[in-house]
Amino acid sequence: MRADGGDGMNPALAAVRAGLSGGWIELKQILTTRADLVGLLVRIGTLLAVMIWTRQTHLPGTNFSLGTATLASVLGLNFVVYGVVAMGDLLVVEREDGTLLRAKATPNGMLGYLLGKVVSTSGQVALAVAITLFIGVFLFTGLAIGSPGRWLTLSWVLVLGLLATLPVGAVLGSLFPSQRSAGPWWLLLLGGLSAISGIFYPITHLPVFLQWIGQLFPVYWLGLGMRSALLPNAMAAVEIGHSWRHLATFGVLSAWAVAGIVLAPAVLRRMARRESGSTVAARREKALRGT
Amino acid sequence: MKTRLPAIPVAAPPRCAEDVLDVRDLRMRYGKTDVLNGVSFTARRGEVLALLGPNGAGKTTTIEILEGFRMRSAGKVSVLGADPARAGEDWRARTGVVLQSWRDHAKWQVRELLAHMGRYYAPYSTADVTRPWDVDDLLETVGLTPHARKRMRNLSGGQRRRLDVAIGIVGRPELLFLDEPTAGFDPEARHDFHDLVRRLADRQEVTILLTTHDLDEAERLADRILVLAGGAIIADGSAEELACALPSQSEVRWSRDGQRFVHAPDNATVFVWELFQQYGESVEDLEVRRASLENTYMALVRQAEQGAPCGLTAVTA
Repeated sequence: MRADGGDGMNPALAAVRAGLSGGWIELKQILTTRADLVGLLVRIGTLLAVMIWTRQTHLPGTNFSLGTATLASVLGLNFVVYGVVAMGDLLVVEREDGTLLRAKATPNGMLGYLLGKVVSTSGQVALAVAITLFIGVFLFTGLAIGSPGRWLTLSWVLVLGLLATLPVGAVLGSLFPSQRSAGPWWLLLLGGLSAISGIFYPITHLPVFLQWIGQLFPVYWLGLGMRSALLPNAMAAVEIGHSWRHLATFGVLSAWAVAGIVLAPAVLRRMARRESGSTVAARREKALRGT
Repeated sequence: MKTRLPAIPVAAPPRCAEDVLDVRDLRMRYGKTDVLNGVSFTARRGEVLALLGPNGAGKTTTIEILEGFRMRSAGKVSVLGADPARAGEDWRARTGVVLQSWRDHAKWQVRELLAHMGRYYAPYSTADVTRPWDVDDLLETVGLTPHARKRMRNLSGGQRRRLDVAIGIVGRPELLFLDEPTAGFDPEARHDFHDLVRRLADRQEVTILLTTHDLDEAERLADRILVLAGGAIIADGSAEELACALPSQSEVRWSRDGQRFVHAPDNATVFVWELFQQYGESVEDLEVRRASLENTYMALVRQAEQGAPCGLTAVTA
């Protein structure tokens, strides 16, 4: 009723614009804050070091460099590092410090807030993929990039990967009560998933039941999708079913995306409903006491 | 000795079309504990209301229910004509909440954050009120112009709180909530803050509800003070009205034979007369002081919490 007489903009649209610009501002802040930038480069550098270390090792049954294969798989792991863990951790931290409560006190603020997080975390995934790939091209041999079809594969895996991981990250982030309690779980999630998803070593060398568990989660499929976009087609031979399985990749990632997008609003609303000045104050006191 | 206080008249709040706040028989229960048992009050447009009371009296619970951040157990609540438990984003745009920041938005620059928060309010501009508040004008108003390009984490505590206020009012709210706004302020920051709140109410006709446990602050800022104790409102009126309604408790100090005495009699004049009757010229250093409003308020709250033996009644709807 009060929206008329304004500049004619729809309130939800204003929030969408504010959220997008807010996310862009936060992405720029990561690039201009030394600690954040160093953190980003250290994460990328550590994974690159693992690849360099396995550069001379061969992918079992082939004479293809394991390091090059790992490079492609790690691009898929980035979605979990930034899409799930960074997104989830942001929600935990910003619920704790009152950022979320500010969004709640603003008209359509939660919509803008979440969009902002989607922009800033997607940006981080894209940055990590781009930087890793850029350095990788110079350090590793055997990458098969350049054809339009491969760029297309890379693009749809990237977009679907974000859709499959960001909502899941937001849901997980709403479930943890504090950053301290969330920390060990993120590590477990990252370690566990990269171990059973064939990121650093082909999944076909795991016990069959672990292969099945690995294939339930998006990480395996993101790794597979990235390998299909970046490795020579002959390398499909060492995958499960000797195929890149694009249809299955599309199906599983879409299922995760739909599940996350359906679940996230309800879980986030439930989380936001509990926020008030006194809950934030209680957390602050707890944190200051160091308990 | 025990102080005896007469009842303070608590008039039933009259219903008024212009009421920005209308709270009737508000109740809140956590498990088996009643935090609020029947709170009623109203506020008119442009009024500054202070919710005063000791810690644990239910001030924060009350303000959070009105902010729409907390569900209530029972009672009728109307804020700007809507039930805050069900009100939508249009309602949210007309309210402002001053939150106590801690370490949120640490990397954001002051001006950048204020401009960002303001964007959400642009569609709610009307012919009378331009929303959001012009950022540079607002920075000037809260005295943050010299710090406009500072990152949040480099602000001092006082500067952060001024930014909290700025974020609370960037959408030019009709109603502003302030929960313990000056907790942790130094005297100068407190003074500046009080100035700002009064200016908002006087010049912009913003209705303001603030909670405090500082009687001085309530007296300085509020048009009306509501004293909340034991989950009910035990007094409702301007600072003058409360002072008149409260008995003028006095304190008598004197010394005799080098020994000092203090006594708080019911009737100081009679007591002093009797004192001279008994001891004559040996009474020295006589002082009779009127007790501060604060002492009387303390006694009032203490009595209410002990079961109100002197006929203090909570407002009933």
